[in-house]
Amino acid sequence: MAITTSTPPDTQEPAAPPEPRRQKRSAANVWLGVIAWVVGIAFFFPVFWMVLTSFKQETDAYTTTPKIIFEPTLEQYEGVFSAGVGPYLVNSLIATVFSTLLVLLLGIPAAFAVSLRPVKKTQDVLFFFISTKMLPVVAVIVPIYVVVNQIGMLDNIWTLVVLYTGMNLPIAVWMMRSFFLEVPGELLEQASIDGAPLWRTLREIVLPIISPGIFATALICVIFAWNEFFFAVNLTAANAGTMPVFLVGFITSEGLYWAQLSAAATLAALPVILAGWVAQNKLVQGLSFGAVK
Amino acid sequence: MAEVVFDQASRIYTPGAKPAVDSLDLTVADGDLVVLVGPSGSGKSTALRMLAGLEPIDAGSVRIDGRDVVDVPSKDRDIAMVFQNYALYPSKTVAENMAFPLKMRGMPKEERAQRVRQAAEMLGLSEYLDRKPKALSGGQRQRVAMGRAIVREPQVFLMDEPLSNLDAKMRVQTRAQIAEMQNRLEVSTVYVTHDQVEAMTMGDKVAVLADGKLQQYATPPELYDRPINAFVAGFIGSPAMNLLELPRSSSGVTLGGIEIPLPRDVSDAAGSRDRLTVGVRPEDWVLESTGSDAGSVVKAVVDVVEELGSESYLYAHLAEDTSTSIVVRGPGRVQVRFGDPIAVRPNPDALHVFDTETGQRLP
Repeated sequence: MAITTSTPPDTQEPAAPPEPRRQKRSAANVWLGVIAWVVGIAFFFPVFWMVLTSFKQETDAYTTTPKIIFEPTLEQYEGVFSAGVGPYLVNSLIATVFSTLLVLLLGIPAAFAVSLRPVKKTQDVLFFFISTKMLPVVAVIVPIYVVVNQIGMLDNIWTLVVLYTGMNLPIAVWMMRSFFLEVPGELLEQASIDGAPLWRTLREIVLPIISPGIFATALICVIFAWNEFFFAVNLTAANAGTMPVFLVGFITSEGLYWAQLSAAATLAALPVILAGWVAQNKLVQGLSFGAVK
Repeated sequence: MAEVVFDQASRIYTPGAKPAVDSLDLTVADGDLVVLVGPSGSGKSTALRMLAGLEPIDAGSVRIDGRDVVDVPSKDRDIAMVFQNYALYPSKTVAENMAFPLKMRGMPKEERAQRVRQAAEMLGLSEYLDRKPKALSGGQRQRVAMGRAIVREPQVFLMDEPLSNLDAKMRVQTRAQIAEMQNRLEVSTVYVTHDQVEAMTMGDKVAVLADGKLQQYATPPELYDRPINAFVAGFIGSPAMNLLELPRSSSGVTLGGIEIPLPRDVSDAAGSRDRLTVGVRPEDWVLESTGSDAGSVVKAVVDVVEELGSESYLYAHLAEDTSTSIVVRGPGRVQVRFGDPIAVRPNPDALHVFDTETGQRLP
């Protein structure tokens, strides 16, 4: 190289340009951080306020200057339990657990078929699944009510199990399909050369790979089933009422019992939060393969 | 151990369209390693998958050890396959991966364990048996995939670009290992690759495919010395053969102002064609001094020099016809640089002559 420079390179001052750029970048990061916090607090605050209110006396709960400092009490929770939350909790558990299990039982094979064994009309089947979610629930409640009434299944928790299964199945199949599609086709081909029957391939090879996806799907189903209100309020009464129905009981004609409603709502939210927390570990495992490359 | 026969085997993805594999005729002798080589889309992988039972055979037949396997499912063909991405079961350990095909065949546990141990020893995997594939290097994963194929003791090994995901050094090392192992086990093997070096170094015989059709099926030296058409000539060998389209002259062809005589049988076969495609391998140019008589050498100007140590490759264009480029092998430490003139002469005994229209070898 015959390039001559007036100053040898190693005595040069460190280059100046990178500095401002880094500053600019960190300024942008600060702003993004601020926005993230604002949005986060905006979402979290109502939940926080609900939990806070549930420990208040009814008189502290609804004041024009909201009270942050107060004497905490478990009175509201006692009230909720004495109002008979037990059966509602059990109903919600039955509806959620059984509908989610049914969804997985029916949805996993369906998702396997539409993703890894596609046929000519698979796209149509997928569209049919999702099309069932396009109709508003209000539009079908009357026929559903009539049918349920005719077969004598009103105010029966198993009615809700069936309805919630139907409600969650399309979403679950679509969700799980995207996870199944991540499974390398060679694994299935290898399994077929190795002589593994279909159910064994599914159980021993495919499911372990996509288990985080299955957990995510199950969690979504649990949340939807647990929070479902419209079917529950229209098709159940004293026997089969679920937690959302129980909550409405605190909105009475004599007025709102804010503190007690908050306590009941906190109780209703707790299982879902717990389920999410438990599933979290499974979810963050991510879809790491190790089979490919 | 078995003979594998493709008998007019075809795979047609969409009726009416060009077949992915077109009437393939190929016999893999018992114990041979046959390499299917060709560019992307040549049908080599499809042919292998037809043999594996992963693609249907739409016409013709495929026989393993004399048995027509067209309607036989993969698991009953007594084959083992190694995929490019190895297809190891991620939730199973190395030992479980290797034992899985045996387990599916209902082999007793002790026998399974013993076979896995033997194979692991042979492949240097003994200390990794309890690991998951995730915790292995690329080369180790490749060996696990090989091990899973070996423990089966199948009649045929199928390998679909098994070295493509390895780095260059590992690839050369594993290439030799696979060839050595195949020799020792004497299991008929069909090996697919797009890398002609792998094909030439590993294959007892090599099948060159292009556009779904078999171009030539021969031993590596035969492919190199007598390529049947211009495609095979250009595909086998690195750097590729110089294929020059040249006008006829009275006794041969004209290149860069000089006359290159052709052997009698070639010019007879060429008949009245006024242009011919002449192939000269890089090593078949003779470097002459630049001061040589202008009538006997081709003058060229060097564009790039690839110095490899033991030899060098000179990429040059002709002085008279700058649109024609040639590659010339020179000695190591060649004293030639970009822009230098060189003078070359093709070795008249090593010319490959092809019909320019059809690409077929003459005669």
